[in-house]
Amino acid sequence: MTESDVPSAYVRDKRTPPPSREELRARIPGWGADLDPADRPSYPKLQYPADTGAHWDFPERQPGAEGRERSIEHAFVTPAFGTAQPLHGLSGAIRRLAYQRFSEGRLAHWMLLIVGDRVDAWESHLRSFVSGRPDVPATGLRGELTHSGPGSREGRSDKRHQVLDPVVVAGPWLAAAGATALGARAVVRALRR
Amino acid sequence: MRAMVYRGPYKIRVEEKDVPAIEHPNDAVVRVALAAICGSDLHLYHGMMPDTRIGHTFGHEFIGVVEQVGSSVQSLQVGDRVMVPFNIFCGSCWFCSRGLYSNCHNVNPNATAVGGIYGYSHTTGGYDGGQAEYVRVPFADVGPVKIPDWMHDEDAVLLTDAAATGYFGAQLGEITEGDTVVVLGAGPVGLIAAQSAWLMGAGRVIVIDHLRERLEKARTMAHAETLDYDEYDDIVVEMKKQTDFLGADVVIEAVGAEADGNFLQHVAGTKLKLQGGSPVALNWAIDGVRKGGTVSVVGAYGPIPNAVKFGDALNKGLTLRMNQTPVKRQWPRMFEHVRNGHLTPREMVTHRFPLEDIAEAYHVFSAKLDGCIKPLILPRAD
Repeated sequence: MTESDVPSAYVRDKRTPPPSREELRARIPGWGADLDPADRPSYPKLQYPADTGAHWDFPERQPGAEGRERSIEHAFVTPAFGTAQPLHGLSGAIRRLAYQRFSEGRLAHWMLLIVGDRVDAWESHLRSFVSGRPDVPATGLRGELTHSGPGSREGRSDKRHQVLDPVVVAGPWLAAAGATALGARAVVRALRR
Repeated sequence: MRAMVYRGPYKIRVEEKDVPAIEHPNDAVVRVALAAICGSDLHLYHGMMPDTRIGHTFGHEFIGVVEQVGSSVQSLQVGDRVMVPFNIFCGSCWFCSRGLYSNCHNVNPNATAVGGIYGYSHTTGGYDGGQAEYVRVPFADVGPVKIPDWMHDEDAVLLTDAAATGYFGAQLGEITEGDTVVVLGAGPVGLIAAQSAWLMGAGRVIVIDHLRERLEKARTMAHAETLDYDEYDDIVVEMKKQTDFLGADVVIEAVGAEADGNFLQHVAGTKLKLQGGSPVALNWAIDGVRKGGTVSVVGAYGPIPNAVKFGDALNKGLTLRMNQTPVKRQWPRMFEHVRNGHLTPREMVTHRFPLEDIAEAYHVFSAKLDGCIKPLILPRAD
C-alpha cells in the first residue's frame, strides 16, 4: 500500500470529497432544502411553541380516575386517561400489583405486566371456548395463500427463524392441550379407584 | 362499530364494539376514513409490549371526520376532516410547553417513561386506537389538524407517524453538508429518513436491509445506494469499507426491536422474549458509525432492557439521539416538502385491506409477504 492508498480514517481528510451542490441538486429533488438547521422543526430540541391550542394552564380532569391503576412515579392519575379494557380477574390482580408495588425502574414491574398479559390471554381463550367464536393459535394465515407466502420468502435469510413461528405460536397451545388431557386422565383414574 | 381487537400474541380479529363516547370535555370522536398498520404495531401483535390487554384496538396512524366534540372544544367542528398525530398530548405540561409533545406528562397515568399513544397498550395510556370505524381523540384542540385540500389522503395518513418519524430521524442525526448517512432499515420510516437526509445536505445516503423490494424502493424513491446485508459476511465491515474505514458520519436506526440480521439475537429477543427485543440494528449502528459520529434511533423499543453495546458507544465518543416523534411539530415544514414533491410518503403504500381482512393484513405485513412495505386499512368498504 502506497501512502496515497492509505484510507481516509488514517489521514486528516476524507480522500473522496462529496459531490458538489450543483451535482446533488440536479440529481436529488429538494437536496439541501433543510441545510440550515434553523429550517429543521426539531432544532433546537427544546422550543417554546407560541400556541399549542391549549386554552388551560392545567387541563380539566376526566371523571372516573378513582381506583384507576397508575405508575407510582406519577403524583396522581393524569387529567386524561384511557378507559379501554379496565383491570379484571386474575390478570387484573397481577397488573394491579405491578403498578402498586414497583416503579417503572424495576424489572419486576414490567415482568409482572408481561405475566399479566399471558394470564389475560389464557383467561380470554378459555372464555372463548365456551362462546360461539373460539380463539385459534394464530390468525390471518389465509394471507399465505392469497399473498404468495412461500414465494415471497424465496431467498430470504429470515426464512430460518420464520420456521420457528409455528412452534412459538402453537407450542403453548399444544402444551396446554397435553396438560389438560393428562390432568383429565389423572382425575378419571382417581375417581375410578 | 366494527373494530380490530387483540386476542393474544399472533391473534387478532374484528369485533363489534361500542362507539367511543366523549369522556373529557376536550375530547372529539372521529369517524376513521383511513388507517394504517405501523411496523411498531407488530411489536404489540407479537406480544412484546407489556400491558397489552385482550380486547385492545390497535392503530395510531389514522385520519377521519369529526363526528362529535366535547363541551370545551373550540377549534374543531363536526364534519371537519382531520389528521391526528399518533401522540396524545395536552399542550400545556412542562414537556409540551417545550415542544416535547411525544413526552406529554398529562395523558398517560400508566407510565412516566413514555407519553400517550393511540392503540398502543396500556403502557402508553390505555387508549383504543384507530383501526376501527370510530376513535376517541383526547385534547382535540391540541393534536388534530384539518387536512389541507391539496393533500392526498394517503399522504395525510402517513404523516401521522411513519413519514414524520423518518423526517425526525434525519433531524436527530444532526446531518451537516456532505455527510455520509447510513439508514438501517428500508421500511416506511427508513425510506423517508433517506429522502430527508438529502434535504439536510447529505453527500451520500446508503440504505441497508435484506428485503429486495424494499432496497429497490430505496433506490428509486430515495435515490440511495443500497446494501443487502445477506450478501455480506459482516455488514459492519462492509460499512467500514464503504466509508474508507472511517465509518458513517451519521447512522439512522429505523428498525427497532424486531431486527433481523442475527439469528440468535432475533430468536432470543423476539421469539423467546429473553430480552426486550432484538437490538441487532442498534448495535450495527453503534459499530458502523465513525468515532465522534451520531446515531439517531427512531426504531421502536419497549421498556424491557436490551443487550446494547453501550461500551462501544462510550469509547467511540458517540452522540446518541432518540425520541418518539413529536409529530405535530414536524408538520408545517413537512407539508411544504410533500407539496413540493421532496417527500413522497404515499409512494410507499403497497397494500390496501378492508377492516374485515385486518388479520390477514397483519400476517402479510408481519411476514413481509408479497413485497408488502406499507399496508393501509379501509374501515368502510364504501
